[in-house]
Amino acid sequence: MGRAAEVTRRVVDKLSWYAASLMGDNHYRRYVEHRSRAHPGEPVLSEREYWRMRHAAADADPGARCC
Amino acid sequence: MATPTAASDRFEETKGDVTYIRTDKDLPPVAIIDRSPITTRHKIVFGVIAVLGAIAWAIIAFFRGETVNAVWFVIAAICTYVIGFRFYARLIEMKIVKPRDDNATPAELFENATDYMPTDRRVLYGHHFAAIAGAGPLVGPVLAMQMGYLPGTIWIIIGAVLAGCVQDYLVLSISTRRRGRSLGQMARDELGAIGGAAAIIGVLVIMVILLAVLALVVVGALAKSPWGVFSIAMTIPIAVFMGIYLRFLRPGRVSEVSLIGVGLLLLAVVAGGWVAETDWGKDWFTLSGVTLSWCIIIYGFAASVLPVWFLLAPRDYLSTFMKVGTIALLAVGILLARPLMEAPAISQFASRGDGPVFAGSLFPFLFITIACGALSGFHSLISSGTTPKLLEKESQMRLIGYGGMLTESFVAIMALITAAILNQHLYFVMNAPAGQTGPTAATAAEYVNGLGLSGPPITAAEIDAAAESVGEQSIVSRTGGAPTLAFGMSEVLHQVFGGTALKAFWYHFAIMFEALFILTTVDAGTRVARFMLSDGLSNLGGPLRRLKDPSWRLGAWVCSLIVVAAWGSILLMGITDPLGGINTLFPLFGIANQLLAAIALTVVTVVVIKRGLLKWAWIPALPLAWDLIVTLTASWQKIFSADPKVGYWKQHSICQAAQEAGQLCLTAKTPADVDKIVRNTFIQGSLSIIFASLVIIVFVAGLVVAIRAIRGTGRPLAEDEPVPSRLFAPSGLFPTSAEKEVQKQWDALPKSPVASSTS
Repeated sequence: MGRAAEVTRRVVDKLSWYAASLMGDNHYRRYVEHRSRAHPGEPVLSEREYWRMRHAAADADPGARCC
Repeated sequence: MATPTAASDRFEETKGDVTYIRTDKDLPPVAIIDRSPITTRHKIVFGVIAVLGAIAWAIIAFFRGETVNAVWFVIAAICTYVIGFRFYARLIEMKIVKPRDDNATPAELFENATDYMPTDRRVLYGHHFAAIAGAGPLVGPVLAMQMGYLPGTIWIIIGAVLAGCVQDYLVLSISTRRRGRSLGQMARDELGAIGGAAAIIGVLVIMVILLAVLALVVVGALAKSPWGVFSIAMTIPIAVFMGIYLRFLRPGRVSEVSLIGVGLLLLAVVAGGWVAETDWGKDWFTLSGVTLSWCIIIYGFAASVLPVWFLLAPRDYLSTFMKVGTIALLAVGILLARPLMEAPAISQFASRGDGPVFAGSLFPFLFITIACGALSGFHSLISSGTTPKLLEKESQMRLIGYGGMLTESFVAIMALITAAILNQHLYFVMNAPAGQTGPTAATAAEYVNGLGLSGPPITAAEIDAAAESVGEQSIVSRTGGAPTLAFGMSEVLHQVFGGTALKAFWYHFAIMFEALFILTTVDAGTRVARFMLSDGLSNLGGPLRRLKDPSWRLGAWVCSLIVVAAWGSILLMGITDPLGGINTLFPLFGIANQLLAAIALTVVTVVVIKRGLLKWAWIPALPLAWDLIVTLTASWQKIFSADPKVGYWKQHSICQAAQEAGQLCLTAKTPADVDKIVRNTFIQGSLSIIFASLVIIVFVAGLVVAIRAIRGTGRPLAEDEPVPSRLFAPSGLFPTSAEKEVQKQWDALPKSPVASSTS
């Protein structure tokens, strides 16, 4: 019983991690990690500003979508 | 698995069959080269898969007089994919790609957590799949069902393994070694100025026809369907709401807002049924094809000039969510419902070439009609540019490039199944052009009963009942493939989920998601084409140089207007075409898409030869040769055929003569129709000539470069200098034990010291 619950919890965690990575929920966290790793001590955008920057980048260089 | 290296900043250590490569003495390995021989257990597993696949293929191909169960198609497809991925893709990896995991990918090298971002291979696989697969693999196989299920099945599965996947994988690999450069840029670098320019113009023209035909499919599905129009119209306010939510209320909560969006979308589909029942709903949302075309043209223009966050990004989120969800739903539905095939293995139209859905015989037109799902040139635009910038390791390219396309091929097989399980009389009622079926169920029944199909004839009452079962007033001549697929999906899904009460819901759900995919492609495609246009024009110099600046609004507006006018006029031409629209334009779409594949495969083959791998150049050259034979034969027939059902110029000359004599021609019913046919066939014929010429120029340029390379007088390869990698990630879907071991070593490191050595 406890084992089944443990397995279920792990599967759910993995799935929600997958969805979050695919859709973009954890992209800001990764951005913060990247900044602290590659550019320590430099200012970091807020989440709101980060997404504005992302969308501005997509505005300037759109990704293609196929058929 | 990586390939050995001899660079001085690499430290190799071999334990048994496994070599570990470090790029920093103090860090765990970044690459693993596993030379372990295949185990007996694996041999048995793959042997069983091969035998099972062979049995499934035999049942599909040789069972006559009995109806075949759809499950055999799924088994044949999956077994062939597994064998193709394990053996053919592995051969390509070992002999051509030779991935080097000790070198950094563009994503690692330029990481900025925006467009360059090393992304988990399973996530990137999802991204890549969502970017390559849309309505194309759903629509093509449905139209190709005119020829019977067997030719389509063989081409989708074998074509993907030997052609489509090879193209996607190899384009991804050469772009990754070139910092994620686009196909057009690589063509210029590797083929020289003329070949490069022809490739870039080719990409742009091909994109325009692609957008026009996809829009034509949507219009065909929504015309005179108030339910469909309402639910699609609602996707615009839903997307805008999501955009505002993400920008101002809760930035970054993408899954949350997408779930809300999908909920609203389902509500919109249900509400469409209520609205279509009311008088005002019928009044407002019953739109003609021409009106709808104008709506889509205006929408396409607006979407390409509005900011991304407002409409395009949220629509993309919805589209990704729906794509993964619906395709999984359909797979489950087919496996649970296990429907039987109604279509013949090979139909009478395969050899006669006079089918009503699209004209021409099996060769070459089947291979043109099914482009997406077997070999789609458009994928090369995503495999170059977008995906390399997210790739963690070179060895993951097999999973993402080759594996991603296998998944699209599987989607195409499912679409083929949903079309093949429909009553064949009903199939032709829905897919023959209106000029042949006539406007009512009675005329349509008379027409299809005269086609000589197998099975009992259909009555007008049965056609009306079928339309009513999915909540439509009529299903006569609903061409374009989308309504047929939706009908087939509603057949499958209502058996598993919800019963007959939900049939109309599933039909409109399917229409809605197809239209959603297509509109996402239309707005993103218009934007991409606009950028290509302004980039190309700015290279001409003079005052046009100002177009380089993407924030110059007037320039953006004018370029968007040109792009939208180009595909919009073809769309309107298709909608008002007296010859039927989809059956004359869809071949042009397939030809365009596969000619783009010819351009991509030429670039790839040239690179392989330049790298000195002449012995293995047949791997990309095989699909290239096949693709050129198919597309150029099709172009030839479209341009020169004397059969008025096939040749554009033959149609043109017949109607021109009729126009001068003041008579009618072909299916024209008024003198205005004659004028339209004269104009349309001129445009279609000219486009065929342009496409074929551009591709021949690119191919000849490639041939010249390849011959120079073989003689050793050519320009050097434009690959970038490798930079040592500082990160580790497994290659395949499931990590091996050696990979798990190394991953543990990386996980055990304290976080920050890695950081200082990275930069």
